[in-house]
Amino acid sequence: MGRLIRSAVMMLLLMTVLTGVFYPLLTTGLAQLLFPSQANGSLIEKDGKPVGSTLIGQAFTDPKYFWGRPSATTPQPNNGTASGGSNLGPTNPALTDAVKQRIDALHAADPANTAAVPVDLVTASGSGLDPEISPAAAAYQVPRVARVRGLSVAQVQAMVEAATSGRQLGVLGEPRVNVLKLNMALDGH
Amino acid sequence: MTTNDFLQIGVYLVVLLLLIKPVGSYMAMVFADSPNGVLRAGSPVEKLLYRLSGVRVDEQMGWRRYAIAMLVFNMAGMVVVYALQRLQQWLPLNPQHFGAVTPDSAINTAISFISNTNWQGYSGESTMSYLTQMLGLAVQNFLSAATGIAVLVAVVRGFTRRSADSIGNFWVDMTRSTLYILLPFSLLFALLLASQGVVQNFRSYVDVPLVEHTVAVETVKDDAGNTVKDAAGKDVSKETPVSTQTLPMGPAASQIAIKQLGTNGGGFFNANSAHPYENPTPFSNFLEMLAIFLIPGGLCYTFGCMVGDRRQGWAILATMLLIFVPLAIGAVAAEQAGNPALHGLAVDQQASALQSGGNMEGKETRFGIAASGLFSAITTAASCGAVNNMHDSLTPLGGLVPMWLMQLGEVIFGGVGSGLYGMLAFAVVAVFIAGLMVGRTPEYLGKKIEAHEMKMASLAVLVPCALVVICTAIAVMSPAGVAGIANPGAHGFSEVLYAVSSASNNNGSAFGGLSANTPFWNVLLSVCMYFSRFLLAIAMLAMAGSLAAKRHVPPSAGTLPTHTPLFVTLLACVVIVVGALTFLPALALGPIAEFLMSAH
Repeated sequence: MGRLIRSAVMMLLLMTVLTGVFYPLLTTGLAQLLFPSQANGSLIEKDGKPVGSTLIGQAFTDPKYFWGRPSATTPQPNNGTASGGSNLGPTNPALTDAVKQRIDALHAADPANTAAVPVDLVTASGSGLDPEISPAAAAYQVPRVARVRGLSVAQVQAMVEAATSGRQLGVLGEPRVNVLKLNMALDGH
Repeated sequence: MTTNDFLQIGVYLVVLLLLIKPVGSYMAMVFADSPNGVLRAGSPVEKLLYRLSGVRVDEQMGWRRYAIAMLVFNMAGMVVVYALQRLQQWLPLNPQHFGAVTPDSAINTAISFISNTNWQGYSGESTMSYLTQMLGLAVQNFLSAATGIAVLVAVVRGFTRRSADSIGNFWVDMTRSTLYILLPFSLLFALLLASQGVVQNFRSYVDVPLVEHTVAVETVKDDAGNTVKDAAGKDVSKETPVSTQTLPMGPAASQIAIKQLGTNGGGFFNANSAHPYENPTPFSNFLEMLAIFLIPGGLCYTFGCMVGDRRQGWAILATMLLIFVPLAIGAVAAEQAGNPALHGLAVDQQASALQSGGNMEGKETRFGIAASGLFSAITTAASCGAVNNMHDSLTPLGGLVPMWLMQLGEVIFGGVGSGLYGMLAFAVVAVFIAGLMVGRTPEYLGKKIEAHEMKMASLAVLVPCALVVICTAIAVMSPAGVAGIANPGAHGFSEVLYAVSSASNNNGSAFGGLSANTPFWNVLLSVCMYFSRFLLAIAMLAMAGSLAAKRHVPPSAGTLPTHTPLFVTLLACVVIVVGALTFLPALALGPIAEFLMSAH
């Protein structure tokens, strides 16, 4: 039994060095060498300083911006250090109330738009940091943003298209529009 | 369901099936008795590990010694993970200065990670230091998976060895699993993930200015910790302006790679594979789904190679797919149908070229419905437990599928190693039932199945079932258990049932609304995780020990062939009947009741 315990402790120690130190360091070294931008958070830099990440969504409520997926993180939405969803069940009245409030907010920002709201624009994302919305959710907001900014619908649509990615490899996932990239492009216009 | 939904499921299955044979035959080489190219390439490192730890390579262990070595090794791992969490504030690599984890949460996490469950009561980015994640959690991601593969290989030797008193050497099986399978696969996979945008660094968290400032809303609490109420009885809240966003960093890709490949599932970040830094693109999502089934699926082929009849491996794989595919399609269809509660509102849940539609609460836009529903089915069929969408927000039937897949005993692919040895227990039960029907002594893979084997197989099948049913009853009858429930009505019961099913089958995913980081839940789920994992493994090793001692019985006219569609159907029926009989009453109170109420 003594020999067995000694083997167990030594084996654990060696495996810890191998899988807990050697492996992550080797992976970090290779990832930093091969994919430095991705491995460091896909940051958007301006004058050498990070101003956001293409992968992490920010919260928008101003009508001049495209709004992203609602975020259920606390205490503020899109909290990068407390990712998570609402965990509201489908039959929970709190979910229906939250969706109603979001529809009302969208209507208040653009009373002329009476179309049904694309579902992803009024439901909280899984991570609370979803950087993207569906092309339908972007199209729903184009008239509002164009009007508030005094741009033509065609101009805004062109910028939406520039921020849109299709299904990867033509099959995987869903087409989507990166909200932060789009809003930064609008601000720089 | 849309055409693309079917297409995404189809592409996944085709790519998976193409990988089964190469991966399976590679793993068969790793566990070959005679030296080959793979073993020779790694032998200097392997020999050094054995020498330093005083392991004798040629020592053959009986099932008891094998089981004790496994238990002692895992116990040592548990102590280390517990100690790292309790001492992390004094240890290096803690740039966010996280304090010690509470004792009940630390013991829960330690058991969770050594048992390949990776249930997480804590939130990764605000609890664990980089050191704890690397030396504690990531290491156990490897070692719990390696333990599963080792036990499986030992169980298979029970069938292949004749009149033998040993089933292999635990240290050798564990070392080879780690060195030749888990490490190289993980390194390659981690780099693929990094290329897609999964972070891999040791930097502190990065602050970025927000384009539009936002507001943090917190309820005000008095000195006693109670929420302060205003005259109208509403909670008083305090609003603080927020002008920056903190982006989490860390060595995520290396840990996520093994989390998927080892069917562990414990996320680097709280949102797990829904987090854009943990699963940034549809392609990374596809790879993560593939990684979950890669080793459990490949091991079916390895099993076929080891018993000298590949058809036996394909038959087991076919059984798994027979149950998995309809359930996966069911999960996607249920989510694509959307949430009836939103039908009366001005919400568009219809799929179109511009949106996935469906029930998007708790889901990410880049994954939509197909890549989320499929992930949910895969992660619960295998005992992975990683999630790319929040299971608590699934539709009633969309949530029933993952729950039931876990309750089937995690044998539909299941955990690495553990899924297949669980399925072999069901196979033994199936040949026994077939034997009863025709009045012959049952045989499986040339070994007679007798009373001892049946006892062990029954134990392996029934222990998780009993834990789920009994512990769910305890939880719903205790105020401390019910206190954690977040959603009202039948869905609240589903949260409890899901949590206990997840822990008792070593899955680790959750209906996340349940506040399970309390002493009651931490202790209850620790018990479920530990006993399910190790009682089952010991029962299977005991069966292997007695099988190895038996003589080989050549097949006769009365032998039931176990590679035919007939046997595949019989095995699938046994798995489904056990799962349905045990859990239908409980499921009726949870997801089925919720479905009927929402559809009225």
